[in-house]
Amino acid sequence: MSLSAQLPVLPIVIPLLMAPITLLLPKGRAPWAWAVLCSWLAFAASVAIINNVYEFGVISYHLGDWAPPLGIEYRIDLMNALVLVLVSGIAAVVFPFAYESVKSEIDERQSPYFYGALLICMVGLLGVTITGDAFNIFVFLEISSLSAYALISMGGRRDRRALTSAFNYLIMGTIGASFFVIGVGLLYQATGTLNMADLHAKLAGQDNRVVQSGFAFIVVGIGLKLAMFPLHLWLPNAYTYAPSAVTAFMAATATKVAVYVLIRFFYTVFGFDFAFEVAAFTYVILPLGIAGMFIASLVAVFQEDVKRMLAYSSVAQIGYMLLGLSFATTAGLTAALVHMFNHALMKGALFMAVACVVLRTGSHSCHAFAGLAKRMPYTTWAFVLSGLSLIGVPLTVGFVSKWYLLQASFAAGHWYAGFLIVLSSLIAVVYVGRIAELMILREPDPDGPYALARKEAPLSMLIPMWVLVIANVYFGIRTELTGGVAERAATALMTMASGGAQ
Amino acid sequence: MQHLILRVTTKILFTPIILFALYVQFHGDYGPGGGFQAGVIFAVAFILHAFCFGLEETKKALPQKALTIAMVVGVLFYAGTGLATMLLGGNFLGYDAIDPESTHHAGQHYGIILVEWGVGVCVASTMLTIFYLFTGREPDIDPEDW
Repeated sequence: MSLSAQLPVLPIVIPLLMAPITLLLPKGRAPWAWAVLCSWLAFAASVAIINNVYEFGVISYHLGDWAPPLGIEYRIDLMNALVLVLVSGIAAVVFPFAYESVKSEIDERQSPYFYGALLICMVGLLGVTITGDAFNIFVFLEISSLSAYALISMGGRRDRRALTSAFNYLIMGTIGASFFVIGVGLLYQATGTLNMADLHAKLAGQDNRVVQSGFAFIVVGIGLKLAMFPLHLWLPNAYTYAPSAVTAFMAATATKVAVYVLIRFFYTVFGFDFAFEVAAFTYVILPLGIAGMFIASLVAVFQEDVKRMLAYSSVAQIGYMLLGLSFATTAGLTAALVHMFNHALMKGALFMAVACVVLRTGSHSCHAFAGLAKRMPYTTWAFVLSGLSLIGVPLTVGFVSKWYLLQASFAAGHWYAGFLIVLSSLIAVVYVGRIAELMILREPDPDGPYALARKEAPLSMLIPMWVLVIANVYFGIRTELTGGVAERAATALMTMASGGAQ
Repeated sequence: MQHLILRVTTKILFTPIILFALYVQFHGDYGPGGGFQAGVIFAVAFILHAFCFGLEETKKALPQKALTIAMVVGVLFYAGTGLATMLLGGNFLGYDAIDPESTHHAGQHYGIILVEWGVGVCVASTMLTIFYLFTGREPDIDPEDW
């Protein structure tokens, strides 16, 4: 076996082989260590892939040696590679972090199942990203979603509301997946192929009702999965009541992968000669993106629960990505991709800080955060720094993505969108500032349940969290890393969407 | 002894059902059938047993622990076949690598039989696990079981 030839399939095969073995491991520390090892191996494979793609261009891997378009093809260009690194990287940071948090929130007897499900969820997300086959996307999407429902419901030990929110997500997610597969079926009817590159070639010039309704089904289906405003109703509860480590992993990866799928369909499968898509950009995606930016941000301001506040903020951030990709320009797409990557870094770090607070205080209501700066200084500053990044303060990744977005909106002639981006960032100042003020300036209610002295979170949680916080600053200074890759990926996508060959 | 006729009939039917499952399993690469259907039929034999003799008796014959292991083994059989073809120099699940000398793609037959066996084992054990969990559910879940 030559390792380099088999490299594209390794991020899938390694976790797929390792995840079932987790079930047979003794309860306690072993499943966790196994999951961490697996996430690091997947991350190493993903980094090798992005290097390979960056130097030599698109990789195509034929599963079972069946040539595409008949067989399933793994087709990796820079955009998939970027998302692959993002998902496996977040997993490689969150999984080591998870141990203490999961130990306190989940029955130890369930730990093999928990980490098994976590690995399966990672496989699903990586699979959606890596594959070049539209139906295969659906299969992997379901693999990741089904394990996600189970993971969220495991929060039921702390708070029974996790069960209803997981069920709610199950219903919404299944509707989304069904819509997606109906859309793919309609496209198959119109073209007779499921391979995305082949779909692109065969859809060129087709603008009939079958293709249009296929497009609509896919946009709504994926819109449910990525929590596009107003299809986001499952998200706040699911993120709030899921176990803290699961929230950190899912918030940073699951919706990003769905955004990736949307971009893949907009820019690779369909193209700009499909007039329906251009209309959808102007009349659906752009207004919904802006509406999400504002409404979800405003709702976030009034949340008592920090996890729920951050969940609404996620919906708002999805709005920025939709805004970027709806410009249909290279700059806009670059901004969407950069923000996708950067938002994963900041939300990952923020939810990890919340997980530390939950571990020590047992609550994620904002009262538990009062006066934490003195007792949990490292956690507090991690929260504040990544909060600043969420707002978009210079020297952090948040600033980089807002900057790209601003440039893109002015270049695309949507100058008003530029002002709206700044305006909605000001709302982020309010909701992040509210919690930061509580943590740094306030004292906890001396008679309240959170008055007791608290220890700092354990090192096994602080180190991964600070890795992400430092990544927030590092990628905020060295913008050429993410920006460069995203720009090249966006240029390739734009060529394809404008009718050129890949 | 109650329900004698039912119980005797079940005992007589049990073996043919398993045999039919194995037929569907191994005939799957020539005709309709395959691991998924075979796994379900296989599980049905045990579900019938549980209906007539009670869940406890079935669990004695096929404990949950064995099912968990079978689920894992099933997936590993599938993915392991893919890994084996990779080690033999093909792509993931590229069965031709199993028997590269063959003039009529014999490797495809070997490969699909191995993979379908994995699917069958996994589906049968998962079906039974779901059945065990639903029928064995207590009306109220002990708070300690979360």
